[in-house]
This record gives sequence, C-alpha cells and structure tokens, in this order.
Amino acid sequence: MGRLAWIRLGVIAGFIGLLEILCRGGAIGRLTMIPPSEMAAALVELIASGAVDDDIGRTLGSVAAAFTLAVVFGFVGGVALHAIPRLRRAADPLLATYYAVPFFVMIIATLNGLDRIPRVLDKVARTHRMRPLETALRLKLPAAAPYLFTGVKLAIAYSFIGVIASEFILAASGLGYQIAYAYNNFDNRTMYALMLFVLTLVTTINMALYVWERRLQRRRLGR
Amino acid sequence: MTAIRRAFDVALLLAVLAAIWQGLYMFAGDVAIASPAETVRHVFVLLERPRFWGHIEETLSAFAYALVISWAGGVGIGVWLGAHRLSGEVAEPILVALYSLPKVTLYPLILLVFGLGMPAKVAFGAIHGIIPVTIFTMNAVRNIRPVYVKAARVLRLSPQQTVTGVLLPATLPEVVSGLRVGFSLTLLGVLIGEMFASKRGLGFLIINAIGLNDVETMMAVTLLLFVFAAAANAFLLALDRRLHKRV
Repeated sequence: MGRLAWIRLGVIAGFIGLLEILCRGGAIGRLTMIPPSEMAAALVELIASGAVDDDIGRTLGSVAAAFTLAVVFGFVGGVALHAIPRLRRAADPLLATYYAVPFFVMIIATLNGLDRIPRVLDKVARTHRMRPLETALRLKLPAAAPYLFTGVKLAIAYSFIGVIASEFILAASGLGYQIAYAYNNFDNRTMYALMLFVLTLVTTINMALYVWERRLQRRRLGR
Repeated sequence: MTAIRRAFDVALLLAVLAAIWQGLYMFAGDVAIASPAETVRHVFVLLERPRFWGHIEETLSAFAYALVISWAGGVGIGVWLGAHRLSGEVAEPILVALYSLPKVTLYPLILLVFGLGMPAKVAFGAIHGIIPVTIFTMNAVRNIRPVYVKAARVLRLSPQQTVTGVLLPATLPEVVSGLRVGFSLTLLGVLIGEMFASKRGLGFLIINAIGLNDVETMMAVTLLLFVFAAAANAFLLALDRRLHKRV
C-alpha cells in the first residue's frame, strides 16, 4: 500500500475512533447512535442468527433485476437516441432531470460513449469493407466500452439506492423495510447493524468497480 | 428557425409522452393512474386551495436552505480539495464511495439527530447534493491550466483573491455543471426527506395520497414537481452549454 492509502485509512479510522469515543463518553446519546464497535458486534450476531437471510436475498434479487433491466433498456435506448439526433435534442432536458434513475444513467453513458467514438474508426471499417454488425461489435463497442463501464457502475449504485429507498416506503420485506421496522420499534441495535451491513456491502462493491475501472483506464492510456 | 424547430420537437415529444400516459391509463384504469386531462385539471384544483400553497412554500424553503448548503459547501470544499493536492488525493475515493451510498439508509440517523421537521429535511437534501458539487469543483480546480496559478503567484494574490479572481472564473463551466447535478439531487433528497420525516410539504402530500389511494392528488403533485424540475434543469442546462461554449 502506498502512502496515500495509509493516510486515507488513518482518516477513516480516526473518524470511526472519534465516533466511538463520542458515543462511549456520552456526547452522543445511546438513543441517537450506538458505538461503532457495538454496531459491528450486533451485525455479527444478526448474520449468525440467520434472521435476515431472506431479506438480504430479496434485496439483492431486486437490485439484480433492476440493474439488468436498466442496463439492457438503457443501452438500447441510448443507441436509439443516438441514431435520431432530433429526438435526442428534444429529450435532453428530460434526461438531465431524471438521471438519478439507473435506466437514464445508462442511456446517458451510452450516448456519451457513442459520441466519443473516433471518426477514423468509420474509415477503418469502410476500408476493410466490414459489415455494419461487425463494425458495431468489433470497433464501436470496444471504443465506447469505458463510457459504458462508467454507466454500468453508476447503474449498480443507483439500483441499490432505488431498491432500498422503495423498500423503506413500499415493501413488507427486504433490508430497507427491516431498517425502517427497527427504527419504528426503537430497536437501535438491529437498525444500526443493518445500516452498517448495507453501507459496507455497497461500499465494497463500488470500491471494487472503482479500482477495476482505474486499472482499465491506465491500461488504455498505456501507462 | 432552429429555435422554432426545436420547440416543435419538444412539443412533439411531450405529446408522445402524454399519449403513452393516456394509453397506460386506458390499460390500467382509474385505480392505478389518473388520465392526463384529469391530472392537469386536478393540478388547478389543488392550486386554488390555500393550504396547498402552504405545502409548496414548505418544500421550497426547505429546498432553498438545502441548496444553499450544498452549493456553498460543495464549492468551498471542492476548491480546497482541488487546490491542496494531498487532501484531494486522500479524499477522492472516499467522496466517490459516499456519492454512491444509498443515503436513504442514513435517514433514521438524520431523524434521530435532527428530529422531525424542517432541519431533518434540509440535512437530507444537503447530504444528497453536496458531494457531487464537491467532486465536480475539485476536478475542475485540479485540471486548471497551471499558468493561471503561476500568474496568481507572480501577482502575489492573497489566497482569497486567488480563489475569487482566478480559480472560480477559470473553472466556472465545470462548477456550473456540478451545481446542476447538485440541484437535482438536492431536490430529490428534500422530497425523500419529506416522505419519511414530515407532515408538511409536497413529498408528504405524495406519500399521504399513496396511503389514501388518492391517485389524482398523487399524480397531480408528481406532475407539478416534474414540470418544476424539468424547467429548472432546462435553464441550468442552457446556462451550462453557453458557459462551455464560451471557453
């Protein structure tokens, strides 16, 4: 690990440590927040008891479904809008308004990617007399891939946000529902354990994708 | 000519969307959604009620506070992180991680800290909006042409003068892009906050209407919010484009 990573770790550890001290010292009341160490202990108990297995499964299932639909339809929609510039100009403000929705995120990423395909690739395709399908698969898709990857990454994040938000309001199972339920019952231990679980899970997934993306970019730039 | 044509295209798109909406209405019926005509009629019915204006005012003032916090805070922190290389590099992955967290998860915490009502809504809006503004500003300041910074040093500008006289003008287009993103997300945050943590405001009206299965009110408020968000976004997008073109 480099120096930067150590400083980063120090900042995060310091923040958690501060929270722990504030909670233990009584500056933050127990009704507001339990110490981070207790959250972790409560989470381990909760997972070991298996009480939330169904909810975890349900939430992950919904996220996977939402993500797949968003990526597939977003990609198709992006390609269609790219092909019809007039429609695209008219739809622009609409896209900008709704981009916290995974489907729109993917449309925007697709448009971005297609916009940035170098012109020269068209000429390459023509000189090699490639068929349209072949051009799309072997030239355009790889050229647009980094932007599509960004879209996929954001679509995962927004799928989680959307699914958990709607579980808060409109569901009778799932992690969001369980957090809201624990909150309504003043069950702070379960609530903070589940919050910790969601935050850790999402952060791990996002960080893995972030690191992977950086590695891809570095390779593209030939560094 | 092109302006007229674009306006025509937008109108055409809206007409198509309204037609799809009407189609959905015919397919799903009164229980699930209201027809476009009914919804528009109901918007005017709501607008005549004095109490409805109270809800609008509540939402707008919460939104205004949250927006000020996320814009000012985001630009401030962004400039600092962009100008100070080490802080920026340490903070970037942390910011990216925070940006993609499902912040709804934190809503019980916000409620426990701020209690029900205005401060919780404002806080909820601000945590949604501040991070994208910070990220955009940070990247803009970081990618500024080094010669500008050198010029500021040669002229012996104070740090404050450097920020207001050099850094912000040079990064204006990117910063405005960030403000635009922050605008949408802050609005989203405030509305979500109202859905959970309030007995007033448009978010509350929607969730209350869902509870009562009052489809007309639900759709009318949603339409109103959509028009507001789309209009504000179109304006910011135009500003954004103009600034990007100028440079």
